[in-house]
Amino acid sequence: MLQITVNVNGTDFAREVEPRLLLIHFLRDHLGLTGSHWGCDTSNCGACVVWLDDLPVKSCTVLAAMADGRRVLTVEGLERDGVLDPIQQGFAECHGLQCGFCTPGMMLTARWLLDHNPDPSPEQIREALSGQVCRCTGYENIVRSVLWAAKHAEDHDQNQ
Amino acid sequence: MIKTNSHDGRGSYGPRRRKEDARFIRGRGQFVDDIQLPGMLHGAVLRSPLAHARIVSIDTAAAQAHPRVRAVLTGQTLEGFKLAWMPTLARDVQAVLATDKVRFQGQEVAFVVAEDRYSARDALELIAVEYEPLPVVIDATKALDAGAPVIRDDLAGKEDNHIFDWEAGDRAATDALFAAADVVVTQDMLYPRSHPAPLETCGAVADMDPLSGKLTVWCTSQAPHAHRTLYALVAGLPEHKIRIISPDIGGGFGNKVPIYPGYLCAIVGSIVTGKPVKWVEDRSENLMSTTFARDYHMHGEIAATSDGRILGLRARVLADHGAFNGSAQPTKFPAGFFHIFTGSYDLRAAHCAVTGVYTNKAPGGVAYACSFRITEAVYLVERMVDLLARELNMDPAELRMKNLLRPEQFPYTCPTGWEYDSGDYPRALQVAMDIAGYPELRREQAEKRQRGEYMGIGLSFFTEGVGAGPRKHMDILGLGMADGAELRVFPTGKAVLGISCQTQGQGHETTFAQIVAHELGISPDDVEVVHGDTDRTPFGLGTYGSRSTPVSGAAAVVVARKVRERARIVAAAMLEASPDDLEWADGRWQVRGDPEQGHTIAEIAMAARSALELPDGVEGHLDAETVYNPPNLTYPFGAYICVTDVDPGTGQVQIRRFIAVDDCGVQINPMIVEGQVHGGLADGVGMALMQVVAFDEQGNCLGGSFMDYLLPTSLECPSWELGATVTPSPHHPVGAKGIGEAATVGSPPAVVNSVIDALRPFGVRHADMPLTPANVWRAIQGRPLRSDLAIR
Repeated sequence: MLQITVNVNGTDFAREVEPRLLLIHFLRDHLGLTGSHWGCDTSNCGACVVWLDDLPVKSCTVLAAMADGRRVLTVEGLERDGVLDPIQQGFAECHGLQCGFCTPGMMLTARWLLDHNPDPSPEQIREALSGQVCRCTGYENIVRSVLWAAKHAEDHDQNQ
Repeated sequence: MIKTNSHDGRGSYGPRRRKEDARFIRGRGQFVDDIQLPGMLHGAVLRSPLAHARIVSIDTAAAQAHPRVRAVLTGQTLEGFKLAWMPTLARDVQAVLATDKVRFQGQEVAFVVAEDRYSARDALELIAVEYEPLPVVIDATKALDAGAPVIRDDLAGKEDNHIFDWEAGDRAATDALFAAADVVVTQDMLYPRSHPAPLETCGAVADMDPLSGKLTVWCTSQAPHAHRTLYALVAGLPEHKIRIISPDIGGGFGNKVPIYPGYLCAIVGSIVTGKPVKWVEDRSENLMSTTFARDYHMHGEIAATSDGRILGLRARVLADHGAFNGSAQPTKFPAGFFHIFTGSYDLRAAHCAVTGVYTNKAPGGVAYACSFRITEAVYLVERMVDLLARELNMDPAELRMKNLLRPEQFPYTCPTGWEYDSGDYPRALQVAMDIAGYPELRREQAEKRQRGEYMGIGLSFFTEGVGAGPRKHMDILGLGMADGAELRVFPTGKAVLGISCQTQGQGHETTFAQIVAHELGISPDDVEVVHGDTDRTPFGLGTYGSRSTPVSGAAAVVVARKVRERARIVAAAMLEASPDDLEWADGRWQVRGDPEQGHTIAEIAMAARSALELPDGVEGHLDAETVYNPPNLTYPFGAYICVTDVDPGTGQVQIRRFIAVDDCGVQINPMIVEGQVHGGLADGVGMALMQVVAFDEQGNCLGGSFMDYLLPTSLECPSWELGATVTPSPHHPVGAKGIGEAATVGSPPAVVNSVIDALRPFGVRHADMPLTPANVWRAIQGRPLRSDLAIR
């Protein structure tokens, strides 16, 4: 067993884990943060995307031990002080989700995109999300949701 | 922008943000795998590595000895509960855990219950199974060969792999028509095996309370009430002691209609350990063992006059049902609704014959938004019409326009007996052609061909029959396909609607609130929709086959109108008037001719529970319940146009544009309707270009992970261009029709027709889905692939 400390959404969690434990199972089963989902086994679907430090990663292919001493951001950490992130608002405004299973991973990748490219084109959004699968929306409304979030970023900053 | 304000119920229909999104965007949905119960154990299934083999022995001793293992189940254990086999939805039987043989790769052989997820998996490695391999049947076209291995020797007297023969239409009249026709075109085509692959796999948490004897099962079920009854019948458990809860479901698409062996194993695991047991399959288990879709080997024939009048259609189908006949459709129809294959055209006669066979593949068949096999039917007729256009050297749009049913022909009874309720087909096709700029596209195509560029324009026109069913014609295992609704109105006028169907992303919590709000003159925000919990909702058959709005939606309308009529009597007492003198206007009951005198539902609801003296026989509440038995299916339709660019050097297909015009009658929430269409179009692109579950000669599944079973991403999908027409259903209480599967049904032939159109200069007449680069390239070389087998 290994002793690890992971900062998740701003809080340090110290746990004893098996070396083989996947980050997704650490988050879901050990910390009870079930917003991140597990959808394939092969890093294809992206339902498990979280941020490790400053990069989106597929947490089904990262060991919990690899997150020791690092920061993780999950969907539960997007809302700040009761204020939704514009990407969360965008998905609700533009019907960017149906079953909601892929949504947390999509939002976390989109958040990263907007942090690095505040005014992306639809093509750039599609490229950024192309490592993730949605089975319900046909992607069109996800693209619109990200565009909405880009457009409303300033309103959000003023409200903060 | 989406409006959310609403006052008197008028304006309740229309685009409206979804109520369910508040939890999903915060990561607070509750899916089956999110459920944690005190003392909960974890199950895992040991599966067969072979497609066909006799089980010589199973040794579980080492697994039993694992320190964290609490129980190991085998078929022998289940025999003690009379649960080693279970009935399928098609009245066959399926092994829960194999006792005699394994019949497909991935079949369930043993079940381990352990204290944690990882230990359960570890223990699977400790089970030793000795197999004696048997010859396999993988190619359905060889399943009925003399000397083919008999897969189902568990069935008494079974000496072949034949399941059923079924036909529809008038064979003699159709044959006579074909014999006299100017033009007959024929084509063999495969609609290959596909898989719905919802992003959430299947799973269950079973909790048998040893004290009360109550079994609670949280389960990925699209039909919780039907599951409860089936558990009662199969396991012999008292039905009132079974509670099925479908919490949030991460996509269904038909994959979550059947009862799977893993669910039963979790239940037995809970019974034997006295603890809750969670079982969630992994992705490979989902793709390799749960219900697949399609696998129809079709031979189509179309007859026409030389000037392009379509006269008749013939089809012969070989249906691969896998190792157990587990396809889920109304009992009377072993080939589902395939016999709606006459499509949207005015034909004189048609005949189809379908033969079902067993193979050493996973069981299933009716799934993946297929509207009970209308996907296969639409694909057949739309490919045949395109081939006819080519034979006649006619434009495929012109040929369709010439033969589409005309608005004045509705209601229309097609040659195989379906009664189409309403439609204006030429208008939908014209709208699609206008959005596409069809003549200009054809000009562009001609210019590009001159330059050696390969652009395709593909059309499809489809008609679906959805909303099963009239109960007298349609049942599943004897359960008539009706749905219930219960509506309770509290004293302050807020309402709770209980429905028997269940959402897997379709937005029922929003749409059904809009339905009730519209009828009662209240805001959708004041209607809470309860679904997916059999202890809290009325009985009904569930969500699949695009039946929620046609059946459950109608039940919601009817129950709300019952409440309104109850309110009328109470309002009459309040106003000291006769109920006959009241009229429903502006969202309230008011005295005819004196609109100042009236009351809203909220006022009436409070009065109904107050000290107000009510007429004899009137109970002091407004609550009501109903069971809606639809008089007919609803018949949505649509016209699709797909524009592709094909690189003949690599065989790569790029979808440049996709125009979809759908008519699902009256739209309750057009935002949700549009989302349903978007998703179905992506499914169509996936099936047409990428997705297939193929098998090699030994029966190894070649589509067992998302590395091999390729799903469309944001890059393969274009920005969809949508249009709509509205032709109300005459028999649905608000004129709505189903929309959940329309685009999945209608889009694959548009994509394939487009690619084949692009390849016309190469003389390519047909190639089977999926049109992968390899398949397109081989078609250009004149050596098309059998897409369901390993590439040779």
